[in-house]
Amino acid sequence: MKNRVSILIIIFGCLLTGAGLWRGEAGAVLLKGIRICLECIGIG
Amino acid sequence: MEKRRIVQLFSALLNNAYIKGFATLSIYQGQGKAVCVPVLNCYSCPGALGSCPVGSAQFLLASYKHQVSLYIAGILTLAGASSGRLVCGWLCPFGLLQELLNKIPSPRWQLAPVLKWLKYLVLILTLLLPILWVNSAGLGSPYFCKYLCPAGTLEAGLPLGLGSGQLHPLLGALYYWKLALLILLVAASIMIFRPFCRIICPLGAFYALFNSISLWRLEINPARCVSCGICTNICPMEIQVTENPNHPECIRCMRCTQNCPFEAIAYTRINPAPIGLTGEIPEDLRT
Repeated sequence: MKNRVSILIIIFGCLLTGAGLWRGEAGAVLLKGIRICLECIGIG
Repeated sequence: MEKRRIVQLFSALLNNAYIKGFATLSIYQGQGKAVCVPVLNCYSCPGALGSCPVGSAQFLLASYKHQVSLYIAGILTLAGASSGRLVCGWLCPFGLLQELLNKIPSPRWQLAPVLKWLKYLVLILTLLLPILWVNSAGLGSPYFCKYLCPAGTLEAGLPLGLGSGQLHPLLGALYYWKLALLILLVAASIMIFRPFCRIICPLGAFYALFNSISLWRLEINPARCVSCGICTNICPMEIQVTENPNHPECIRCMRCTQNCPFEAIAYTRINPAPIGLTGEIPEDLRT
């Protein structure tokens, strides 16, 4: 039973990832990631 | 060297393999940054090849659209539902650092159990504050990264803040606050096993929600377990292993499985019976 639940959640995770990619969120993550994060450093 | 340590070191190196960044005090700007890694590894670390999920999720939540990222939620759900906090125990570079600090001989402190709940509050605030605490333009901020994250201070703040001539003059109270937190955490890590993971980490809190239902989890064979307590005594996360081997605090370091004299604890797979869990205690293990 637990295995079925975890497999369903894994499928759900795949669908979420796919939907996010379809919405172009990887591009948004890339745009943030290639700029120095001043908040992370403790300046922003 | 134990297998888990090798994997941890490999993961830390792989996540921060952009050596040129350390030499030039710049960050990687290639397509790899579109990939969210499932661990806490600051994307502004000069060596980072991927993006931190906590920072990226907050960045999107703090934007004027307050966008909930399905991409990041999906990656983290996938990792959590597959193996729970195995990611924390085997892949997280910041977890590795704390473990190495804990090798320094010193008095040992136990963590007050109530503190473990704090990370869930941090998780909720990490997700809500960028939406609720906004400026006049409707923009939030990645508050966890800004005020708390010691991984950012260590991996980005120290090399870029102190090393870069352009950024150094901008350092102020916020920088020294984060630096003080990092120093406090380093000191605490020497005396307490993984204090950040257990008290503060929002990513650990998220994965902890999946520990009991993840596909890869631990099981105890009651026919073999003699309740000797070795597993509980040896657990660095201070879990009562026989009561709940998949406790939310378990990072799947596997010390309990490796040290059980009766091989009563093992991990499960999709269909077969848990490995090592078939049958009662063999004659050769009874003595």
